[in-house]
Amino acid sequence: MELVFAASSLTNFTQALVKAIALGSIYAIIALGFVLIFKATQTVNFAHGAIGMAGALFLSILVVNEGLPLLPWGNPLANLPGPDWVTWFVNFAFALVLTAILGLIIERLAIRPMIGEPLFAVAVITLGLEIMIRIFATDAVEVSTRALAVPWGSRGFQVGNTGIAWSYVAAVIAALVAFVGTYLFFRTRTGVAMRAVAFDQEAAMAQGVSVGRVFAIAWAAGAALAAVGGIFASMSPWPPAGAVSAEGSFIAFRAFPAVILGGLDSVVGALVGGFIIGFAEIFAGEYLSHLSDTLGAGYQQVVPYVVMLIGLLIRPYGIFGTPEIRRV
Amino acid sequence: MTLAEAGPKWGRPRFFTSYRTETAIFPSWSQRIAVALFLLVLVLMPFDLPVISQLPFVRFLGDDVWLRIVNSVLIFAIAAVGLNLLLGVAGQVSLGHAFFMGVGAYAAVVLGSESTGGSLWGWGLPIWIWLPGAGIAAALAGIIVAPAAVRVRGLYLAIVTLGLVFLGLHMGRMFDFIAGPAGLGRRWPTFDIRLWKEETPLVDMSSGGRWLWFDVSKNAKIYFLLLLLTVVLTLIAKNLARSRTGRALEAIRDRDVAAEIMGVPEARYKLIAFAISSFYAGVAGALLAAFAVQSSPENWNLLLSVEIIAIVLIGGAGTASGALLGAVFVILTPNFVEEVTHWLASQEDAGGPIGFIAGAVLTSGQSGGAIATGTTSPGWPLSVFDWNQVLYGFLIVIFLIFEPLGLYGLWVRIRNYWKGWPFSY
Repeated sequence: MELVFAASSLTNFTQALVKAIALGSIYAIIALGFVLIFKATQTVNFAHGAIGMAGALFLSILVVNEGLPLLPWGNPLANLPGPDWVTWFVNFAFALVLTAILGLIIERLAIRPMIGEPLFAVAVITLGLEIMIRIFATDAVEVSTRALAVPWGSRGFQVGNTGIAWSYVAAVIAALVAFVGTYLFFRTRTGVAMRAVAFDQEAAMAQGVSVGRVFAIAWAAGAALAAVGGIFASMSPWPPAGAVSAEGSFIAFRAFPAVILGGLDSVVGALVGGFIIGFAEIFAGEYLSHLSDTLGAGYQQVVPYVVMLIGLLIRPYGIFGTPEIRRV
Repeated sequence: MTLAEAGPKWGRPRFFTSYRTETAIFPSWSQRIAVALFLLVLVLMPFDLPVISQLPFVRFLGDDVWLRIVNSVLIFAIAAVGLNLLLGVAGQVSLGHAFFMGVGAYAAVVLGSESTGGSLWGWGLPIWIWLPGAGIAAALAGIIVAPAAVRVRGLYLAIVTLGLVFLGLHMGRMFDFIAGPAGLGRRWPTFDIRLWKEETPLVDMSSGGRWLWFDVSKNAKIYFLLLLLTVVLTLIAKNLARSRTGRALEAIRDRDVAAEIMGVPEARYKLIAFAISSFYAGVAGALLAAFAVQSSPENWNLLLSVEIIAIVLIGGAGTASGALLGAVFVILTPNFVEEVTHWLASQEDAGGPIGFIAGAVLTSGQSGGAIATGTTSPGWPLSVFDWNQVLYGFLIVIFLIFEPLGLYGLWVRIRNYWKGWPFSY
């Protein structure tokens, strides 16, 4: 069913609420991947958005072009028996695996050699990686926009006068799965190892935890989560409108405020921060639109940064972040 | 002369016999003479002089096309020297330098440009007002941001300043009476030196002319102005780094709590660091925009910030000479790649011995090589411009992994190798 967005003030509110929950979920997913990487490896990953965009691009190449990214062969999983959505979900998982491999390569080549170096140097390395990945990815999408062939397209359903796109529902479910999955993962043996490394690398090493393996797992998981965020952010009702675009990598830059607001090293913070930023962006877009002459077009996209600046001045380490203990 | 006063005359770098020589800007005579000679070559470079124009590298740079590129090297060097004060000396991470450069550029355009048609602001003031004005406006922006750096530390600060860039980009869209229409921007004032708003400028910088016995092009004139500014601003930065302020900033960089306990007021010195660094950024931003003649708000983006951080880190953080080296390296590399690509393309057409390598690397169509010779490239072969950006990223990664001290570190290694020559130590 095609969506109809209604115009009375109450439905405006519920409509904005639905959108905010969905956008908040996407921000939360991106923030979660970021936090996982930061917690385990102390790396601020500026390449997160570019990796997410690469993930969305991988999916597009897999399902639309029926090929493999950067390889000359066709995609063996492109035409599975059964309904279309089975093929799509299998390829979705395949794209996540490919992105996780990308994360592993980055970790091995660029992050592992930097263990023990200043944190800022590692952060700048990820900035360099961001440029490289984004240029490659942008070049692949700039000339011909690439669709994602999402099974539910831009369809949705109505509750009263409020239109709810299936993409919104999917984003919320994805966020639920991601956070519950992380919660359960932290209770497994590997998860405990990761928490130990996050708490104290040397002590974890002394207990026999393979820190290198934890680094690799964190980057693989973080990259896969970035891809989930990138894919859901590129679906139809959102501004890039159902296609992978160069703008896509900037959604992660808008997710940074979510991370910072929640606290760089807090999983709960990623969830809360993501929703705060999502709500702030959507509601500011809805209820300040009469001021858009003064605020300038597209002002809602900078709302996250404003919220972040205010939040940080009140709580310098975010809402749930661990304050750094400063000793002489 | 007592031993304490005697400095190293010629040799042994980092071998000091007095505090005075240790804090000198140029401690040894060999350094002083080298710098003086280097400056002399730089000043004589654009002229068609018998000896200078025959030096292999210099001859090539004195060309008018290359002078444009050398000019942008100088502008980026000013910005990098400024960022180095903040990043290398004071240890404060800032991804927001593009924002401060933008503030400077727009202060310059409001002060220096004529207001056109009443829709754009501009007072048409001369360069000796708009250039310092740009620096001061940016410094004020830095002073506003600095308190955040006291409250927010390390990587959190990096992301806050990143947010600043995006806020700045939006402000460019918001204030279109300053920035001009989106995507198009507006024209910056020329470098003409006037006393006030008189018709004929004191020094005409927008066309070539004749000085004494030499023809000087427009770019050569701009080059002298930029060279003077770069030398003066670099010396000021170097001098600042060895002053009381510089020592305080270094103390904050090394351990902020310890510095505070020793009586260094952290908030005040961070404010000073941000203000001075932003002043440099503002001046560089104004010069960059004026040099580009026309600029739109989208140009003051994250990539510019990363470019300047790349210059500082590739050159070697903490040293002014590193920032200069980095600017030369980072700005010249893309042009070098471009030249090589053109050369390869010509080889391919001529069918020379390199022709088949060129054929494998270059492409003008959909597939085949890695570099597309066209300006816009379809699909995977990247255009030269894109390759340059990838190269930026790659250089940052490679330098930080293999030589964290940057080009300056490489130089120190070479120097140390030859220090005891012909003995191994």
